[in-house]
Amino acid sequence: MNIDAFWIIFTGSLVAICCSLLGCFLILRRMAMVGDAISHAVLPGIVLAFLFSGSREVWTMLLGAAALGVACTFLIEFFHKKALVQADASIGVTFTWLFALGIILISVYAGKVDLDQDCVLYGEIAYVPLDLWLTETGMNLGPRTVWIIGGVLLILLLFISLFYKQLYLTSFDPAFAAAIGISTTLWYYLLMGAVSLTTVAAFESVGAILVVALMVGPPATAYLLTDNLKKILVISSLLGVIASAAGFYLALWLNGSVAGAISAVIGLQFLLAFVFSPTHGLISRRRIRTAVARA
Amino acid sequence: MIQHVEDPVLEVHDLTVSYQRKPVLWDVDLTLPKQSLVGIIGPNGAGKSTLIKAIMGLLPLNSGYVELFGKPLDEIRKRVSYVPQRESVDWDFPASALDVAMMGTYGQLGLFKRPGAKQRQLAMEALEKVGMQDFANRQISQLSGGQQQRVFLSRALAQDADLYLMDEPFAGVDIATETAIIGLLRQMRDAGKTVVVVHHDLQSAQDYFDWIILLNMRLVASGPTEETLTPALLEKTYGGRLTELSRVSDLLHKQNFPIRETKPTRK
Repeated sequence: MNIDAFWIIFTGSLVAICCSLLGCFLILRRMAMVGDAISHAVLPGIVLAFLFSGSREVWTMLLGAAALGVACTFLIEFFHKKALVQADASIGVTFTWLFALGIILISVYAGKVDLDQDCVLYGEIAYVPLDLWLTETGMNLGPRTVWIIGGVLLILLLFISLFYKQLYLTSFDPAFAAAIGISTTLWYYLLMGAVSLTTVAAFESVGAILVVALMVGPPATAYLLTDNLKKILVISSLLGVIASAAGFYLALWLNGSVAGAISAVIGLQFLLAFVFSPTHGLISRRRIRTAVARA
Repeated sequence: MIQHVEDPVLEVHDLTVSYQRKPVLWDVDLTLPKQSLVGIIGPNGAGKSTLIKAIMGLLPLNSGYVELFGKPLDEIRKRVSYVPQRESVDWDFPASALDVAMMGTYGQLGLFKRPGAKQRQLAMEALEKVGMQDFANRQISQLSGGQQQRVFLSRALAQDADLYLMDEPFAGVDIATETAIIGLLRQMRDAGKTVVVVHHDLQSAQDYFDWIILLNMRLVASGPTEETLTPALLEKTYGGRLTELSRVSDLLHKQNFPIRETKPTRK
C-alpha cells in the first residue's frame, strides 16, 4: 500500500467513524435525515463566508458552514414546533430552500466564487493527499484534512463518552429527562451542533452524499446486528472503516469514484445484515417463524 | 368540595394551563397531605395528565405556581419522581430493563459522572421490588405491556424520591400486575412517601386511594376518598356524558350492594 492510498483510506475511516457515531444517535431519535439536511444546508454558508472574506481559507469556510448548519436545525425545529409542520416535511422544506439559496448565490457570483456545487455534493477524497500541511520550516505533517477530521473525531469521542447518559436518556424519554432536570433542548442542539461540525469538516473531502451515506448506513446496519447501544456504536464505526477500505480498493479496481464505491459497499453491508443477521435477519426470522409454527 | 391541608407535600395554586390558547386546566387550586395515596380521576380530556406534567414543569403555565415540600421544583427535583405514560416512549429502543431502571439514578449523578456499580446495584434492587429481577438483561421490546410498566415503575423507585407522580400506571396491565403494583404503592405510602396516580377506573378507585382529586378542566373536588367519591360530585365531574353516566350509576349500584364482603385490610 503506498502512502497516498493510506491517507485516503485513513481519511475515509476517520470521517466514517465521526459520521457513524452521530448517526447512531440520529437514528435513535428518528432524525436520520437531519444529517442529509445539514450537509446540504451548509452550502449558502460556505458561499457567504467566501464572499465576505474573499478567501478560501479553511477556518472562515468552516465557520460560515457551521453557522448555517445550526441555523438549519433551528429552522427545522421552529417549523415543527411553532408552525406545527410534520417533522419530515419541515426537514425537507428547510434544507432544499437553503441549498437552493446556495446554488443561486454561486450562479450569481459565478465569476467571483471559486466553488461549484459538484464539489460540495461529491467531494473528492482522492485529492486528500495533495493538500498537505507544511510547517514554516517545510516539515510535512501529512494532509490537512486528516488533522481537521482527526480533531473533530477527538471532540466527538469526548462529547459522547462524557455525556453518554444525557444523550441516551433524552433520546429515549425526553419527558423523564426533563423531569429529573436534564434539558432536552440543550442536548438536542449540542447533538445537532456536533452533526453540523462533522458534516462541515467532512464534506470538503468526501462530499455531502458520502456524509449522508455514512451517517445512516453503518448505524442502520448495526441496528440489525445487536440491541445494545454501546455495541451499536462500536459495530457501526467498524463497518464504516471497513467500507472506507473496501470502497477504496473497489474504486481502484473499477477506476471509478471513491466516494461512490464507499457508498456502494455501505449498501452491500446493509443488504448482507438484512439477510443474514442472527437476530433481525430475513433468514433467522423465517427460521423462528417456522419453529414457532411447528411447535 | 375542596379540602386543603396544613403543611402540604404538594401545593398547586391558581393553576391555568392551555394548549394553543385552548385552556385545558382552569384555575386549579389544591393541596395534598403527606403519606397518602392520591388518585386523579376524571373523564378523557379532563386534563389529568396535563396536571401532572404541569406539576413536573413540563408545560408552560399560563398562571399560578406549584410548590413541592414548600419549595419550587428546581430546588427539590431529586425528591420528586415522574412516571410518564407507557406509550410515550419507543419500546424498540436499544435498552435492557436494567438500562431503563438505571436511568432513575441519572438525576443524582450530575453532569459528568457515569453510572457505575452503585447505580447498577440500586437499579437491581428497584427491579427486585417490582419482581422484574429475572428480566434485568431482557431487551425492553421483548417485554409484555405489564412488564414494561413495571420497568417504568422500577426506574422511579431507583430514584428513591419522596413524592411520586404516575401517569396511568394501570393502563394496559393485567389484573395480577395491577394488584402487584397497588401493593407496592401501598408499601411506599406506608414508608412515608406520597404517591399521586392518574387513574380512570372508578370502581377500583375507591379501594385504591385514600385521597381523590376529581378533575374536569376545573377542579371539582379534592379530599379524602369517602367524602369525594359521592354520586353528586361524580355526576358533576362526568357531566352529561352518557357512557360515563351509566358507569357512575353502575358504581352507585355497587355501593348499595357491595361485591366484596370485607374491605381490603388497609386502604
